[in-house]
Parts: sequence; C-alpha cells; structure tokens
Amino acid sequence: MHEIQSLIGGFQVALSWFNVLLMLAGITLGVIIGVLPGLGGANGVAILLPLTFSMAQQPGGQTSAIILLSCIYWGALFGGAITSILFNIPGEPWSVATTFDGYPLAQKGRAGTALTASFTSSFFGALIGVLLITFLSPIVASFALRFGPPEFFAVYLLTFCAFVGMSKGSPFKTIAAMMLGFALAAVGIDTVTGQLRLTFGFTELLKGFDFLIAVIGLFGIGEILLTIEEGLEFKGARAKLNMKVVLETWKELPRYWKTSLRSATVGCLMGIVPGGATPASFMSYGLAKKMSKNGDKFGTGVVEGVVAPETAAHAAGTSALLPMITLGVPGSPTAAVLLGGLLIWGLQPGPLLFTEKPDFVWGLIASMYLGNIAGLIVVLTCVPLFAAILRVPFAIIAPLILVICAIGAYTVHNSMFDVYMMLVFGVMGYVFKKLDYPMAPLVLALVLGDNAENGFRQSMLLSGGDLRIFYSNGLVGGMTSLALLLLFWPLISRLLGKVRGSKRAA
Amino acid sequence: MQQEAQDKAVGSVRAWEMGVAVLFLVFGAVVMWDSWRIGARWGDDGPQAGYFPFYVGLFIVVSAVMILINAARMGAEAGAPFVTRGQLRMVLTVLIPSIVYVFLIDNPWLPLGIYVPSAIFIAAFMRFLGKYGWIKIAIISIGVMIAFFMMFEIWFQVPLPKGPLEAAFGYA
Repeated sequence: MHEIQSLIGGFQVALSWFNVLLMLAGITLGVIIGVLPGLGGANGVAILLPLTFSMAQQPGGQTSAIILLSCIYWGALFGGAITSILFNIPGEPWSVATTFDGYPLAQKGRAGTALTASFTSSFFGALIGVLLITFLSPIVASFALRFGPPEFFAVYLLTFCAFVGMSKGSPFKTIAAMMLGFALAAVGIDTVTGQLRLTFGFTELLKGFDFLIAVIGLFGIGEILLTIEEGLEFKGARAKLNMKVVLETWKELPRYWKTSLRSATVGCLMGIVPGGATPASFMSYGLAKKMSKNGDKFGTGVVEGVVAPETAAHAAGTSALLPMITLGVPGSPTAAVLLGGLLIWGLQPGPLLFTEKPDFVWGLIASMYLGNIAGLIVVLTCVPLFAAILRVPFAIIAPLILVICAIGAYTVHNSMFDVYMMLVFGVMGYVFKKLDYPMAPLVLALVLGDNAENGFRQSMLLSGGDLRIFYSNGLVGGMTSLALLLLFWPLISRLLGKVRGSKRAA
Repeated sequence: MQQEAQDKAVGSVRAWEMGVAVLFLVFGAVVMWDSWRIGARWGDDGPQAGYFPFYVGLFIVVSAVMILINAARMGAEAGAPFVTRGQLRMVLTVLIPSIVYVFLIDNPWLPLGIYVPSAIFIAAFMRFLGKYGWIKIAIISIGVMIAFFMMFEIWFQVPLPKGPLEAAFGYA
C-alpha cells in the first residue's frame, strides 16, 4: 500500500520534538480560541497566520506552520463543545445541535459525562475523517491532475451551488451574501486585462479586499457585538472531570456504536461538500433521534444525543480539508484560511501538491492523527482550566479580544486601512447574523472569486464563448448537472413538498 | 418607566430587513454600472474585464428584489423588534470606543501606535464597565501590552505600529 508508506514518512516528519511541541501549543491555543467569545477556528487561525511567516521560511518550516495552524483548528473544534455543554453557547454553528442534549446533561450535574462523550465522539469522528483523507485524497488528487479550466470551474460552481442547496434560510440571502463576496473579490486590478475594477478612484482599493480581514471582522468583531447585546455575564454549569467519570463514560459509549458509525458516515459525506458540517450535525442528530430506542428522551439530556452531532460535526470538519488539499477548493471558512496560509508560504494547493511536496502533505495528514490524539488528552485533562477562562469578566476579555483582532487585521498587510475595514466588516457581521445572512459563502466567494472567474474566462476562451463546454464530457457535465440540481434544490424540495402535501390532502 | 424605554425597539425586523436589501440593491446596481463602464461584453480576445462582475451585480440586484418581496410578505414575526434600545446601547458602548481606539492608533495628527491606545482601551473598559480599582487596571492593561510587545516585536519579529512612547524607548 503506497498510502501507508507515505503516511509512515509523514509520521517521521510530524514526530520531531519541535513539531510535537507545536502540536500541543496549537491544540491548547485552539481550545482557548474556541472557548472565547468572538474568537473561533476561522478568525483565530487568521489572526495567528502572520506569526507563521518567518517560521515558514526555514527548511521544513512550512510543515511546522501547517501543523501549528491545523492543530489550532482541531483545538477550536474541541473547544466549541465546552461552551455548548457548560454555557449553552454554541461557539460554532455546528455545535448548536450539541447543546440540545449537552446542556440538559450539564444541568443535571452530569457535565463531566457530557464532555467526555462529546470529546470522545469528536475524536472518533475526526479519526474516520482522517482515514478518509488518507486513502481518498491521493486518488482524488491524481484524478484532478487531468482537470482543465472547465472542470475546475465546475468544481467551483458545485461549491457555491452547494451553499444555496444546503442553506437552511432564504436561498436569496445566500446568493446575495455570496455575490457580495464575488464583487468584493473583483475589486482592484483585473489580473487578465490590467484594468481597474470597482475602485472608484480610491487608491486604497487598488489592492482589493483580503478575505482574512473579512474573516476577522465578520466572525470576530461581529460576534463580540452580538455577545455584548445579551449582557455582560456568562452563566454556566461547573465542570468536574475526573478519571472515574471519564472511565464510566467510556464504558457506556460502545453501546452507541451504531449511532457513532452512522454519524461519522453522514459527517464524512456532507463534509466533502462545502458548508456541510452544520447540516451534518443536525441531520445525524435527527437520524439518531428517529432510530434510537429511547428517541423520545432526546432533548432531555441523553448521552447519545451528544454523541451523534459531535461525531458528525468533527467528521465533517475534518473531511472539509480533503477538497482543500486535493483541489485547492476549501469547503469551510477555516479551510479557506488554511489555504490562504499555504499560498502565503509559497505553496500552491491542488493536485500537484501531492507529487511536488509529499513531505508537506503527508506530514500534515500524519499530524491530523497525532493532533487529534493530543487534543483528546489535552481537553480531557484541562477542562476546568478552559472553563475558567469563560469566567474572566467580560470587561477584561472583550477589549482584549478587540485588541487581538485589530493586531491580527493589521499584520496581514501592515495596513491601517485594513483595521478600519475590519470594523466595517464587524458591523456587517452583526447585522447579517441578526438577519440570517450566511457568512461562510461570503468568505469563500471572496477567497475563490478570482480563481472561479479565471476558470470561467479560460473556459470561455477555449470554447469561444460557448457555454456548452460545461457539458463537453461526462465528468464536467456530471458536475455541472449536480451543481444546478443543488442550486435549484430549495425550489425542487418545495415543489416536492407541495406534491406530497396535496396527495395527503386528497 | 426607564425599563420601558430600554425595551423600545429600534426598528422592526422587517424595517431592517428591507433596509439591508435596499443597500444590496444599490450596491448591485453600482457594481453593474461600473462593470458596464469598463466593458462587460464579449471583446475580440474573450470576455472583457467587466463581464464577470456585471453578472455578479445582476445576481445581487435580483436577490435583493426577492428579499424585499419576501420581507414585505413576512408574517407577524416581522413586527418583532430587530434590536431594543437597551441592546443597541450595549452594542454602541463597544463599537464607539473601538472606532476611537483604531483612530488613536493611526491618524494624521498624532499616531500613537498600537500599544498605548490598546492599554488605554483595556483600561477604559475595565474602569467603566467593570468598575475595577486603578491598581488592578494598571497591572492588567500595562502588563498585557508589555507581553504583546515582547511577543510581536522581539520573539516573532512582526513589527506593529509604534508611536512617540516607543520612540522614547528607542523603538521606532
């Protein structure tokens, strides 16, 4: 097995003392970021990205840098569960389903059980996701080597249509937010013709908008403004986690193996599709409720109700990295930030990465295994410490986070204009969140806008302006059809619902 | 009486929904107009620079119109307050100092750099929202900024904006 060999090589890279230390540091930092209001996986990684610039220039440093950043991501994923269970505050959208049973458990005084169950299932979900990446990504990458501009554009189309098809709210809001991202991505000098687009004579706009600034503003400042609206205090359950509780929970968990496997499968399938983590967690919660023997007890605090969404969310969060490393198309804002990191360090993500930088890719994959093991140990041993962070008064934590966001926004390009833009994006994030505009499509459109446009233009050049090039062979045609199906899915599902509804009425 | 005033809505969900949609509409129209100006048609050598953004603008306009229609047809939940006066006050107590803070860092008259305004910013929050004593405030706000200074300027060598105080210590 070629993959196993490469993976062993990857472990040799990832297991140096320096990298293991970075892993632990990244996980710890990530959990803290995940626990703090206003800091999450995406903007936490975005803020810390500039600190890796000098690290990535040393030999082997790119691998160390990605290990640090991806471990922050794993840590933030673990951290989200802590706030959901103890404080009923979902740190990330896909932790919402965890609160359904996690918070009632904590109120019953079984916070330790809920936390152990959630961490262990997260770990299990992530493990399945990494296994998928290990064996599937080389295949996808070698397959994608044959992709031309139309195929790549079809992948982008699929990505963006998936957001419309998977969105819970109004599809028009998804489209509006996404197109806003595309428009902001177009600002500045057009790379093909050299013309100025949408700059309206402002020199500050020549460089265009950096999505890292948008991420820091939308998710960071916006989140702080939303949190402060609710008042200044967090009220949460106490967390006690000792070895006895952990072992007891571990004895109980194998009973839910069916739920775990089902949720992991749902998570992996949905995770590859962009925007899939949140629906995956809700879907597997729903499935578990329907198929479990004590489904009617769901929502009152059952362990199984924590296992299902956590497994799925982490399987999805992990497999979201698959399209990022194999195709260069990120599936979530955090994956997009990691992709941005790769570009800044001088790596071109995509199918060629596997052949040109095997050390990097397999080091990253190996670090996913190790990082999740390290993560499980760190969170199980340090929960009270992390929960204590949330008890630091808001009057200290809020200005501190704002300062960190400002520094993060400045360091991206050493530009104060960006810091002002961060505030603008912050207000936007606040209003958008309140009106249910989704932010992930906006960020991804801002990241991928130029690439998607180039793919489209090159395809049009190849075909002489004939749109039929997107149906010129089975592969691209299949992807385009799937994309269109997803795009019109809100409409189709409504029609289907009407047909079914009228049948029932008759 | 006081409480009632705090609970008063600053605009309904519908009003805000429509306001944002109108902003989208205007933005989309501006994008279309500017793209048309630089050429949004098929040139001799393929699509012109404004081709792609023009359709992006068009999509924004169409979605905005649909959002407006949906907002107008919303049921009872549309009358709910978008934000109450008390909530908005809390939001502004964070937002306005943040703007002042960013302005203090860099302005044409007296750019203070990032460290001094950050310390003032943290101190102000602790004083006015947290009602802490001055000694605690000084320890935390100054201590945090010294830690940040060490981290960015010395360990990671990522230079941040600096002002007269840093210059007095020989860092410019």
